[in-house]
Amino acid sequence: MNNAQLIAVLASIVLQASPLIIAVCGEILTERSGVVNLSLDGTMLMAAMTGFVVGMLTNNVWAGFAVGALVGAIFASIVAFGSIRLNQSQVAIGFVLTLLGDDLSAFLGQNYTRMKGVTVPHYGIPILKDIPVIGPIFFNQDIVVYFAMFLIVGTWWWLNKTQPGLKLRGSGERPTAAFARGVDVNRLRYVYTILGGALVGIAGAAYSLDVKIGWSDGHIRGMGWIALAIVIFGGWSPIRGAFGALLFGATKALATILQRAFPEVSVVAFNSIPWLLMILVLLAVGSDYTERGIKAMPKSWQQPLRRVLRVSPPMALGTPFKEG
Amino acid sequence: MQVELRDIRKYFGRVKANDGISLVLKPGKIYALVGENGAGKSTLMKILSGYQPPTSGEILLDGQPVRFHSPADALAKGVGMLYQDPLDMPPFRVIDNYLLGRSNSVRLNYKEARNELEGLSKRYGFEIDVHATIDSLSMGERQQLELVRLLAGGAQVLILDEPTTGISAEQKEILFESMRKMTREEGKTVILVSHKLEEVQELCVYAYVLRRGQLVGEQELPCLNEQLVEMMFGQVPKRSQRPPFAVREPVLELQDVNIETYQITVPDINLSVRAGEIFGLAGLEGSGQRLVMQACSGLVAPAKGRVRLGGQDVTGWSYHRLQKFGMAYVPAGRLEEGLVAGLTLTEHLVLARPDKKFFVDWKENRQEMAERITTYQIVGRPESTADQLSGGNQQRLLFSLLNTPLKLLLLEHPTRGLDVRSSDYIWQLLYKRRDHGTAILFISADLDEIIEHCDRIAVFSGGVMSRILDARETTAEELGHFIGGQV
Repeated sequence: MNNAQLIAVLASIVLQASPLIIAVCGEILTERSGVVNLSLDGTMLMAAMTGFVVGMLTNNVWAGFAVGALVGAIFASIVAFGSIRLNQSQVAIGFVLTLLGDDLSAFLGQNYTRMKGVTVPHYGIPILKDIPVIGPIFFNQDIVVYFAMFLIVGTWWWLNKTQPGLKLRGSGERPTAAFARGVDVNRLRYVYTILGGALVGIAGAAYSLDVKIGWSDGHIRGMGWIALAIVIFGGWSPIRGAFGALLFGATKALATILQRAFPEVSVVAFNSIPWLLMILVLLAVGSDYTERGIKAMPKSWQQPLRRVLRVSPPMALGTPFKEG
Repeated sequence: MQVELRDIRKYFGRVKANDGISLVLKPGKIYALVGENGAGKSTLMKILSGYQPPTSGEILLDGQPVRFHSPADALAKGVGMLYQDPLDMPPFRVIDNYLLGRSNSVRLNYKEARNELEGLSKRYGFEIDVHATIDSLSMGERQQLELVRLLAGGAQVLILDEPTTGISAEQKEILFESMRKMTREEGKTVILVSHKLEEVQELCVYAYVLRRGQLVGEQELPCLNEQLVEMMFGQVPKRSQRPPFAVREPVLELQDVNIETYQITVPDINLSVRAGEIFGLAGLEGSGQRLVMQACSGLVAPAKGRVRLGGQDVTGWSYHRLQKFGMAYVPAGRLEEGLVAGLTLTEHLVLARPDKKFFVDWKENRQEMAERITTYQIVGRPESTADQLSGGNQQRLLFSLLNTPLKLLLLEHPTRGLDVRSSDYIWQLLYKRRDHGTAILFISADLDEIIEHCDRIAVFSGGVMSRILDARETTAEELGHFIGGQV
């Protein structure tokens, strides 16, 4: 493989990872507020289908994204209403919505499979795209990629450097304490659950309109679960989450390359590499073994290593909050 | 700021938590609010700090009637409350925790906040590391930070709920000194809610006494403790004397026990507790004493060393095997670890009894539980669920479920949150156990309790068992300095 080919592979990894990054950032916003939206897989399928169909019918790709965001917001508001207002199990609601989105998208989209629709236009950023290596990988892409990059930084900044971000994190850590400081915890949870859902919807539409163009039954089935796993994998941080998404994309690309190199080995074997890696990391992060490993390191490394390797979920994740 | 409460009532269904309480709190003074468990202290303070609205009644600040919509609203109007477990954000950095909720702008002004935080800390003699995270702070430091946050938020009236539980002697001194400064020099109003009458006498100038939701007395301080106790209970409950105790054979022996977790290493514990002995483990929370208890109960395996129980080497035995061998463990979280919230008392008994038959004889168990309810003076019925009981009754239930005979009884904070009368009853039960030759090992954050009831005390500080003391020759003050790591 020569340099140009390698750069092309890396650029495609970035493109492939972008919708995942968008969904991960959305779910991080939701979970940091204390709500788990488990419906990602169904939401993304529904958003991908509706986004593709509306884009095609209106001949406007942005209308497709708008509808995708709307569908995501609607699914998320069902989760929010059920768990915040009705006090029902977030897991049960999210899970049923996943199944619903899967079947509903197959049913409503059955007349639109394998058709040609609109796609997101390519747009290289002037000057930046001419930077050697980095330019073609990151800046000679399209707006979905740039939006994902913006979200990584934007979400991180919002969470860590702003007063609303503190309130958001506080509601997910210790809602009683946030309430005592004047935060309307349940309203805030509504806002971020719906906002996060809209981003997940945009991610779904980004598949059918850009990364994996078109629609067919179960088009991107599984990507929602991957996004949920990456949120945990990334320790609820957008930057680590983005790394997770890229790593996932890279192992998939590696699987494709290996597949070509060893055609006699079954496809299934290579396809399982990303999952294998993911489960290993999930088991390792924050376990006793990690701690033992850290303790064996020099003293000055321990604190930074721990910060990277130890993750803990928002303390009040999945628990409803009642005032007073 | 002058606070006036007029005819405050708070009803939960038929229960009258507050039944027409009126009182006045003047600026520049430290008040005490005392009363037995369930007297209505917390309800009243929650109303005053905006967590709950009263059913009826009025709150006046400097003569103006006010209505609080939330705790934040109360703070904005000048009333702040410091909870026993401070309402902060454990994984946050100190500065982020301080800033949360301080303003409505999007930007965070770290520099200004740091200056403010350091300025206020300095004024009250607190030492807070701005760069630390909350979960690395001690309970005392978290309290100081929360106090500073309330003061910066504009608190003129401060309510402190059992603030001295789990903090060191020096931190207590700093806290008391800061409260004196706030009242004497700055004219703030301070209300201390506490079960510890010694502290009330030391710090406060005036006490309000609640009983069954009503104000039953007020008293200038200092006064005789008996006067307060009589108002709290209607009569002076007699305190049980410590029965004499004869030294018997060793029951629990720890030999060179080392315990390691990722947070702390507890090295070289050598300990021998005899039959009938009451042995206290003292130390600030997280100093290693809880790990030693867990090692004795089989919940934590020691990395090195031997544990012997009644002469038998039990190192590495599981919790259940030790239970069968005559060990019992009563954890601190009554509803979290000790009892099952939704199960009835009879169901608890069935689970606790050693002979497990496949079919349950409900009739027999109900009778047995009814008997134990009488014996242990539990307010409740065999068919009540555990979460319906008050804290004191939950603790009695836990004791009623212990099997006899026991070689070793391990206890965490046996009387935490209980008033004088309930605590005394629990200790009577424990003395009875000791007469039967049970060795009792317990941890408590209440140093007076440890001094009063123990034969010997092991002091823990920073994971090290630094010394073993004879309780009869030690004062609570000395003990306080030892657990703070002083020689």
